[in-house]
Amino acid sequence: MNHEFACQALRHMVRIRLFEERTLEVLMQGKLASTMCHVSIGQEAVAAGVCMAMQPNDYITSTHRGHGHLIARGGDLGRMMAELMGKATGYCKGRGGSMHITDVALGHLGANGIVGGHIGIAVGAALWSKLSGNQAVTVCMFGDGAVTEGVFHEALNMAAVYQLPAVFVCENNQYAMSLPWTKATPPVSFKTRADAYATPGVDVDGQDPLAVYCAAAQAIAHARAGGGPTLIGAHTYRFLGHSRGDPSAYRDPEEERQWRARDPIALFKARALDEGWLTPDDMQTIEAEAQRSLDEAVRFAEESPAAPDEVAFEDVYFPTAHS
Amino acid sequence: MTMMMFRDALRQALREEMQRDPRVFLLGEDIGRYGGAYAVTKGLLEEFGPQRVIDTPMSEGTIVGAAVGAAMTGGRPVAEIMYVDFLAYAMDQLVNQAAKIHYMFGGQIHVPIVVRTQQGTGRGAGAQHSQSLEAWFVHIPGLKVVAPATPEDAKGLLKSAIRDGNPVVFLEHKGLYAIKGEVPDHEYLIPIGRARVARPGSDITLISYSRTMYLALEAADALAQSGIQAEVIDLRTLKPLDMETIIASVKHTRRAVVIHEASLTAGLGAEIASRLSEALFGRLAAPVRRVAALDIPLPANSHLEKLIVPDTARIVRAAQETLGYTVKETTA
Repeated sequence: MNHEFACQALRHMVRIRLFEERTLEVLMQGKLASTMCHVSIGQEAVAAGVCMAMQPNDYITSTHRGHGHLIARGGDLGRMMAELMGKATGYCKGRGGSMHITDVALGHLGANGIVGGHIGIAVGAALWSKLSGNQAVTVCMFGDGAVTEGVFHEALNMAAVYQLPAVFVCENNQYAMSLPWTKATPPVSFKTRADAYATPGVDVDGQDPLAVYCAAAQAIAHARAGGGPTLIGAHTYRFLGHSRGDPSAYRDPEEERQWRARDPIALFKARALDEGWLTPDDMQTIEAEAQRSLDEAVRFAEESPAAPDEVAFEDVYFPTAHS
Repeated sequence: MTMMMFRDALRQALREEMQRDPRVFLLGEDIGRYGGAYAVTKGLLEEFGPQRVIDTPMSEGTIVGAAVGAAMTGGRPVAEIMYVDFLAYAMDQLVNQAAKIHYMFGGQIHVPIVVRTQQGTGRGAGAQHSQSLEAWFVHIPGLKVVAPATPEDAKGLLKSAIRDGNPVVFLEHKGLYAIKGEVPDHEYLIPIGRARVARPGSDITLISYSRTMYLALEAADALAQSGIQAEVIDLRTLKPLDMETIIASVKHTRRAVVIHEASLTAGLGAEIASRLSEALFGRLAAPVRRVAALDIPLPANSHLEKLIVPDTARIVRAAQETLGYTVKETTA
């Protein structure tokens, strides 16, 4: 673990945290263009650890709770905020909003609103890598809710039987909306689930970016070397409700308290200080920089022109001249 | 021109496009060693190898999903779903993913996939292997839907579909694979979105596609016996619908019957009838009639199956009633 790595991990986590806190603020101010917005506060270490293990030409598929994946992949905070506010400068011209935020140029194949809907797409991206030899690995992020969808089985099975360069990362935040993981599926580890497909599986502490990074780096290297897919279960917690209107009344306050005591940013800062990876000054600089980036992002978004009406009618079909 | 079967014309299209573009590959159940449940892909595994003709596990959702992901990253996949009924498993991938991605992601990326599938009655295949589900797909913005009737159109449209930048659902009728027709020897494409006049006529327009287009032609022959000249339009593409050709014909004949093997309610016939009434209300001499399958699942018994779907006699009767229609004043 070096200083540079720790800076990067903290930077990603802080930027994700601040982006989402700011998102909730502007949402309360009525400035978001859509009602759909799911934040991943508490889960930042997973996005940071996974994305730091990826190469620039790799692909990632993301979820409805996907701000962190795009930020850690290098997404532009201004264009992200603009997208949430429905501005013309947004990543998807304001047509995607939070739930479909995407920067394809970063190998980001889209945040998906259907739980599990993108797992098959990740298989396809990995299949094309194998067929074309483009050397990319596809990382598929999904939540615990997706594990109980049928497509999860199909996709793991197909990726394993074809030995595709794919890494499946379950961000197990313990709740599929209101249903706890323990009531959704029998108590089976991700390692055991992966065994069913004769492919590597690992369970990691999703509050620790270093643990996530190590697991992801190993899985990505394995995939790139032709070893096939890995299933990673990153165990984490959704600090807030499913969405804005959800007070999480179905959760035990004691459980929430215990998980909040394992805030990934606070844990990492304490450890970084302890191990001498970062000084308090380093941390302050990183946090101040992130604050500044967020101020700029919000300003950029607010000053950007609204998406013009024409945007509603364009891009239904990709223009094709083939006759 | 060479006389060939519908399935051979499809295979020629696949072969030519695979030779032309190394990004084109096929995936689906039993398409390789088996050669396809309806023998469309026979020999292609031997010719192109397992990297380009991929036998998949039975996983319709992930067959289409994988096609979407491969298309988003540079491939040109042609997925085969053995029966349209099985596409129900893949509707999320087709409807929520393939059809939406170009729009939803702000035009950053597009999804050039073809989903070839097979549908229709005629083999006593029962309720889960005989449906005609085109209305499902036609209803979805972002998809294109093609349903050829002749070998020539099958080949030219499949080549166009493979070159198209959008998701195309390519519907093949199980009863058409063995029919024969002339196919040009030179390279050609049939553009997506254009209907053709299969038989000219001036008294009434019969609008159909896929297998029932042949029933419409038979009905036109029968009507000609009593001096009625029916024009038959073969839609070929169901989305986008070539209303220009349909309206041009009906403007002239002032009478129309739409025929399809899919169920009546909310089918293509309803859409075409309502568009015709919007475009030609004052000019129509009679309401637009629909001859479609009854709103009943399909029985496996071949005799019973025939009672559900349109036949030539029903088309002739509907045409005669349309021709004999007189406006009755309704007094409430």
